[in-house]
Amino acid sequence: MTYDREMREEGLDSNAPGLTGDDDEANSGPAPSGYGQIPDEPVDVDVTAVDPSLADPEHVAEVVAPQREIRTAEGAPLMRMEHVTMKFGGLVALDDVSFDIKRGEILGLIGPNGAGKTTCFNTMTGVYRPTEGQVVFDGRVLGKLKRNEITRAGIARTFQNIRLFNEMTALENVAVGTDARHKTSVPGALFRTTRHRDEERDAIDRGMALLEFVGIGERATEKAKNLPYGDQRRLEIARALATEPKLLCLDEPAAGFNPAEKSALMDLIRKIRDDGYTVLLIEHDMRLVMGVTDRIVVLEFGRMIAEGLPDEIRDNEQVIAAYLGVPDDESA
Amino acid sequence: MSTPAAASGKPQARADQPKPAGGKEKIAIGDRFRLWWNSLSRPTQWAVGVPFIILLALLPVVRPPGISTVGTDFGGVMAQFGMIALIAIGLNVVVGQTGLLDLGYVGFYAVGAYTVGLLTSPDSPWNQTGDGGWLSAKWAWLAVLPIAVAITAISGLILGTPTLRLRGDYLAIVTLGFGEIVRLLADNLDTLTRGGQGLSQVAYPRLGESDTAMNGVFAAGYSNGGNINNGVWWFWLSLLLIVLVLLGVGNLERSRVGRSWVAIREDEDAAEIMGVPTFRFKLWAFVIGAGIGGLSGALYAGQVQFVVPTNFNVINSMLFLCAVVLGGQGNKLGVILGAFIVVYLPNYFLGRTEFLWWNINGNAIADYKYLFFGLALIVLMIFRPQGLIPVRQKLMTYGRQIWLAARGKRTKFDDNPAGSDKPGSTAAAEVSR
Ligand SMILES: Nc1ncnc2c1ncn2[C@@H]1O[C@H](COP(=O)(O)OP(=O)(O)OP(=O)(O)O)[C@@H](O)[C@H]1O
Ligand SMILES: [Mg+2]
Repeated sequence: MTYDREMREEGLDSNAPGLTGDDDEANSGPAPSGYGQIPDEPVDVDVTAVDPSLADPEHVAEVVAPQREIRTAEGAPLMRMEHVTMKFGGLVALDDVSFDIKRGEILGLIGPNGAGKTTCFNTMTGVYRPTEGQVVFDGRVLGKLKRNEITRAGIARTFQNIRLFNEMTALENVAVGTDARHKTSVPGALFRTTRHRDEERDAIDRGMALLEFVGIGERATEKAKNLPYGDQRRLEIARALATEPKLLCLDEPAAGFNPAEKSALMDLIRKIRDDGYTVLLIEHDMRLVMGVTDRIVVLEFGRMIAEGLPDEIRDNEQVIAAYLGVPDDESA
Repeated sequence: MSTPAAASGKPQARADQPKPAGGKEKIAIGDRFRLWWNSLSRPTQWAVGVPFIILLALLPVVRPPGISTVGTDFGGVMAQFGMIALIAIGLNVVVGQTGLLDLGYVGFYAVGAYTVGLLTSPDSPWNQTGDGGWLSAKWAWLAVLPIAVAITAISGLILGTPTLRLRGDYLAIVTLGFGEIVRLLADNLDTLTRGGQGLSQVAYPRLGESDTAMNGVFAAGYSNGGNINNGVWWFWLSLLLIVLVLLGVGNLERSRVGRSWVAIREDEDAAEIMGVPTFRFKLWAFVIGAGIGGLSGALYAGQVQFVVPTNFNVINSMLFLCAVVLGGQGNKLGVILGAFIVVYLPNYFLGRTEFLWWNINGNAIADYKYLFFGLALIVLMIFRPQGLIPVRQKLMTYGRQIWLAARGKRTKFDDNPAGSDKPGSTAAAEVSR
């Protein structure tokens, strides 16, 4: 085990309330009583009116992550990149990349622009098939699986450029995610079978819980395209979590965030991990990456140049060179 | 666009952030209709909807002057409207909801019509209504109806399986080709379809046969002496089918199926990566759309008792598409309105010599309908690209509860302007951090 769970949980507990308060103070604007000034707005949902049990954070967490199987298997490899090479014509976007992701960890994937981080995600989620090498997930080679099957096998992701279903509400977006675990098809929906109705309940229960979990429960009935940028990023995370993944891949979730938003996001990512998910995080912000990850993999020009604990990466000369650039003779 | 409030304190997020869209801007009639409709309770919706349908059904009986058509029989126009409305509902599943541009939808209409024609017309070698056939002359049309729907749905499956791997323009071209192929087959398989001569004496429902109406109320030429003729009866029959189809399509819409369709329309790759088996659901949309088109075709064949290839020109596909786009893609009620406009307006002008205060040549206006619809579409695309009534479809069976909860909250806030002691928001704040 490469990290100390107890320490992390402690960190979260001591941080959480404080941060909430700080943020509210810092951005203060109108105090919470600002609610009273909301113009006529039919879109805010009282989540407790939909499901009273959502008032209890522990219940929310339980609904969000029902089976915490990592408690047993923590530390064993969940996914393995095995000598993955990805070529686009002459361009080698990934060059013989191999690394493991262990159950229950937050693995950081960093590197300068164009290093191949997103391409790495794409080979994992089946968007591209690796030119050479293979991706093994949970003991299964992903080679021939369709993209939707890979998702149901347990890999979910967010997109660097937000790709929500714009015309759908926040809740419906998440419901599409929950549908990855549903089985109703046309006959079931046409005749409204019990399974269909159960699944619809589940979509709402889990959907609302997830929106609460990422902090946008009240926006459930708002169209995704009308959400503020930060909420859209959160919604992407909620939608990915809704597929009940074992591995959650976040592609620059903090892009465009200010420091306060970033620290809120760091807490959210820790919270997700503590709820039983394994997280793979692409991020440029070093403070965020160093603060939240257990281990880091560094890519440069498609090659893996380093792998290790955050502290080791911080002091690794090759990494510093990759980011800052050094004269050729030194970096070799 | 990211403000400090956006991702941190939710209360601020709402107070600082002006709504990027929606919310407080000018409200078009279609949207106002939606707001009003959504604010009604389920029973009230039925209480408003059922009388509305009855009124609609009575329209060709009353034939209010000024609304009734002069150049053609109003009953027949309404019957035609009913069939095109069915088509629009089916095409809406494919184009409006799933976002698959199908330019050959008329092909399914033709398959449905020709299935009825081939099985029941004495001109056809496959006729089953005569001696030795397995269809009784009395029930032939009704018996063939499900067969026509099934065969059309299968044709949708056959067309969709190879082509739904294509996207956008390619799919449009292939479906356009399909529409043409069906028509050309009908035109050239002389031994089967008698080509351009067509198949006559197609079966129709034998209902209400009496001394005065030897062949029943659905037969060509029937009239009760007043306004109720066979066209009106066909209109009623299609209204009944429309209601049934709407209930079915509505159930699909508010389920995993409908959500998958809309997700595919919005972003097919993202949908696939979120676990939607996109190919399977696209195929379902195609098959269901085809089946509904076939149903309409079977109605048509029964009503005119005659099928001939020229009725299934590709230009009809464009007219169907026009109905869907005009009314509001994705919305069932909108596309029915679109179908009404597309059928009613040309017929309204047909034979008219004056309109309001002007003298007009109504026949010429009706002749130029494609021109006018084209212009109307362009104007619509500029000012209201979402169509006339873009009522948002509900994508969750119990989504209404959420909506009502949203309403409930507002009244709660009025009682308690501070709102800070709301348990939900506190929980959310804690959990999200
Ligand atoms: N579909 C594609 N076709 C051709 N080249 C591609 C494709 N996708 C990525 N590339 C190239 O592969 C390289 C790696 O791109 P990638 O998007 O993985 O970088 P990244 O590490 O995510 O960068 P950033 O930090 O800017 O997001 C780039 O040079 C990019 O131009
Ligand atoms: Mg990238």
